[in-house]
Amino acid sequence: MPVVELRDVSKRFAAAPAVDGVSLAIDDGEFFSLLGPSGCGKTTTLRLIAGFESPDRGEVLIDGRRVNEQRPYDRGVGMVFQNYALFPHLDVGRNVAFGLERRRVPEVERATRVAKALEIVRLDPATFLRRMPGQLSGGQRQRVALARALVLEPKILLLDEPLGALDLKLRKEMQLELKALNRSLGITFVYVTHDQEEALTMSDRIAVMDHARIAQLGTPAAIYEDPRTAFVASFIGESNLFEGPVTEAGADLVSVGGPTPFRVPPRSDLLPGRTVMVAVRPEWMDLFPPGRVPAGENAASGTVDEVIYLGETLHVLVRLEHGQRVKVALRNEGQIANPIRWNRGDQVAVAWRPEDAQVLE
Amino acid sequence: MRRRLLRWFARRPAASGGALAAPGLLWVAAFFLAPIAVMLGYSVRERGLYGGVAPGLTLEHYGRFLEPLYLEVLGRTVLWALVTTAACLLLGYPVAYVIARAKRWRQILLFLVILPFWTSFLVRMFAMIFLLRDTGLVNTLLQRLGLTTDPIQLLYTPGAVLIGMVYGFLPLMVLPIYASLEKLDDSLLEAAEVLGANGPTRFARVVWPLSLPGVVAGCLLTFIPALGSFVPSDLLGGAKQVMIGNLIQNQFTAARNWPFGSAAAFAMMALVLVAVVGYLRRRDAREVVG
Amino acid sequence: MTRRFSRWLVASAALVYLFLHAPVLALMVFSFNDSKFSASWMGFTLEWYRRLVERDDILLGLGRSLAIGLGATVVATGLGTLLALAFHRHRFPGKRAAESLLYLAIVTPEIIMGISLLAAFVAVGFSLGTLTVAIAHVTFSISFVAVVVGARLRGMDRNLEEAAMMLGADEWEAFWKVTVPSLMPGIVAGALLAFTMSFDDYVITSFVAGPGSSTLPLVVYGMVRRNIEPSINAISTLIVVITSLLIYLADRSMRRSAR
Repeated sequence: MPVVELRDVSKRFAAAPAVDGVSLAIDDGEFFSLLGPSGCGKTTTLRLIAGFESPDRGEVLIDGRRVNEQRPYDRGVGMVFQNYALFPHLDVGRNVAFGLERRRVPEVERATRVAKALEIVRLDPATFLRRMPGQLSGGQRQRVALARALVLEPKILLLDEPLGALDLKLRKEMQLELKALNRSLGITFVYVTHDQEEALTMSDRIAVMDHARIAQLGTPAAIYEDPRTAFVASFIGESNLFEGPVTEAGADLVSVGGPTPFRVPPRSDLLPGRTVMVAVRPEWMDLFPPGRVPAGENAASGTVDEVIYLGETLHVLVRLEHGQRVKVALRNEGQIANPIRWNRGDQVAVAWRPEDAQVLE
Repeated sequence: MRRRLLRWFARRPAASGGALAAPGLLWVAAFFLAPIAVMLGYSVRERGLYGGVAPGLTLEHYGRFLEPLYLEVLGRTVLWALVTTAACLLLGYPVAYVIARAKRWRQILLFLVILPFWTSFLVRMFAMIFLLRDTGLVNTLLQRLGLTTDPIQLLYTPGAVLIGMVYGFLPLMVLPIYASLEKLDDSLLEAAEVLGANGPTRFARVVWPLSLPGVVAGCLLTFIPALGSFVPSDLLGGAKQVMIGNLIQNQFTAARNWPFGSAAAFAMMALVLVAVVGYLRRRDAREVVG
Repeated sequence: MTRRFSRWLVASAALVYLFLHAPVLALMVFSFNDSKFSASWMGFTLEWYRRLVERDDILLGLGRSLAIGLGATVVATGLGTLLALAFHRHRFPGKRAAESLLYLAIVTPEIIMGISLLAAFVAVGFSLGTLTVAIAHVTFSISFVAVVVGARLRGMDRNLEEAAMMLGADEWEAFWKVTVPSLMPGIVAGALLAFTMSFDDYVITSFVAGPGSSTLPLVVYGMVRRNIEPSINAISTLIVVITSLLIYLADRSMRRSAR
């Protein structure tokens, strides 16, 4: 049984729908991310689970029970906020103890649980217990906020862009720690972020949201390697998009026309006349001198616009004959030993195998 | 029970906001808005025999402003309020600028402007009397220095009223200008310097335009109370040359002509409204553009 | 060029500061002057302070001012804080109009507030006295409290109450355990300012005070208009010292809250 389930949930604010017909089921212990650009409805979805918003339509279930009418404090769900929301008038100890006090936990037990929670988030109780939130760094505040939620041992922890305010290095560190906590504590994490890399790093599954709807839901690999829509293909990682009408549906390959003709593996619904759009990841493309493309690969000729050295990879921007720009990512095999052959202005052929293109909806 | 009430409000966000605002808004409506409506009502009533109102409606009280005596009062009030505003701007701007550019002293300098802002207006007017009267500090010093033998008439002159008003309202000018100058970035000035602008040019091209919203707000905040003031002219002017404020006060006390006093007050209120609405329009327009 | 420009600025600012503070400072110094009429220094005395204590009208006025100030402050702080919460944390119909109303109350000349309240009290047959003065003081303080508390709210994390609710506190507990304590610096500053305004107000009070309800500023005004005597310097000094202290505390509380 899923721990959290949304069934066809919709929520409108005055002007526009914030969440529109969203259904999802989150499993016990899962690290589940809601990913999307700002205004896509991911935070509203989280707030519907928390209980700060109630759905106009549909059902929110926690542990199989409908909680539409339940107030946040009755749901037994923990939450970490974007700006931590530490109580400025209480020290670290009292912040973490706040929920235990509300639950009338005896004082002795409270102290041990607070200390344990601080240790879980790797803050030394002896040092931090009496500090005020104003005296903490961003990373420390983040840990206190986490401890404050974890001390209640919730079954579900909601996280609203909790790492957004941290610098890059600390953020990477915290990503791994959060993932480890999710594993070791067995708590279900529902994580909201607009950072696709963060979502790919930590999540078991990701729901990509766009315009109040779920655009695609799946494992990081499924979402990255098999994006279903142009939005997902370009929001998660980068993609080169090609479009055209099906000209011939063969048994082995389907041919597509348009400015850049290409072929894709056959599929029953790809009938002649239908317009097809595909996404090709830059790292699944390759460059060849004109006319030297291996047999069986799709090819489009163009001119090298720019070569960008990124260390791990090299990005080559190619302008195709009809004007479209394509990005090709090549593995850096050592610039000094194996200098790249391509330079600005070179005539090249961009090539990819038919099975490496994702047909979008 | 409590939880049920909370749940009721949770489902009605507008109701919770309304419930929080209601007591305060009702108070302000009852003791600010309604009285102004009552005042408006008084202003169109016939004057009663012993200071009250008589039955019957009239606009004659508004018409009386056209009499030369009252036109003069009106003109003097507007003129003095304008002069006060201009003087406050002239004196207040450098102060606001210096506070905004100060680093270590900023908090203290700012506090030294906030302090008089909140200090009893009455005490401060009395301090002016203490300085300006015939046996006051200024005349005593002048005589001690041998500059005059007889005291110079300083108090109970238009000059004293104006000095008193500038003294009284100056903090109202400084604070908003400071607020807008505070946002002024050092790098902007440095950029201007790099581009070769000297002090006065930098001021005219960079500082002044950026501080303009504060200047406008400050002028409004000074002009309105100056327009409505009657304590400085009463205490420092000896009530010889009255302003609308004195006129209104007099109608409500000695003269007991409430309808006329109300009409005068409403005329003042109309001026204030025009100024405030004009200011808000301008500000909103700027916010839309910016 | 630049240096001369800024030196000129600093010099003129210094003169303005002198203009702002010298009169009251002189007044305070001469409250200890051993002379009834002269503004020449004749020696130190506490005579004028001693005389204050002998004057019933001043003591009564002071008592009334303190009582009215306390009462008006409590009511205005409560109402103003609720208004600030409503404006900053909630949406409700007519919010913009309500906010404009509060700003209008701030910019309206005192004399208009005074006479309109007088007219209204008389129109409904409410007899003038301590209560009408207190009502008037609450009215002009509410907006200021709302603005000051609002400034604190703006700097506060919007999610505090939600965080409390996620930890098991209902709205009522969240309000008393989180909202109010974390707003406290702003509330204290607002209350101090409300008290200062009530304690200092002359104009509005002069219209709505009835016979036998003269506050300290009214008594002082009467003294200033009748004849100038050094006791006025003494009482003024006391007023300035008290209000300066309150303002200092309010300023510190606000600054704390900003951090």
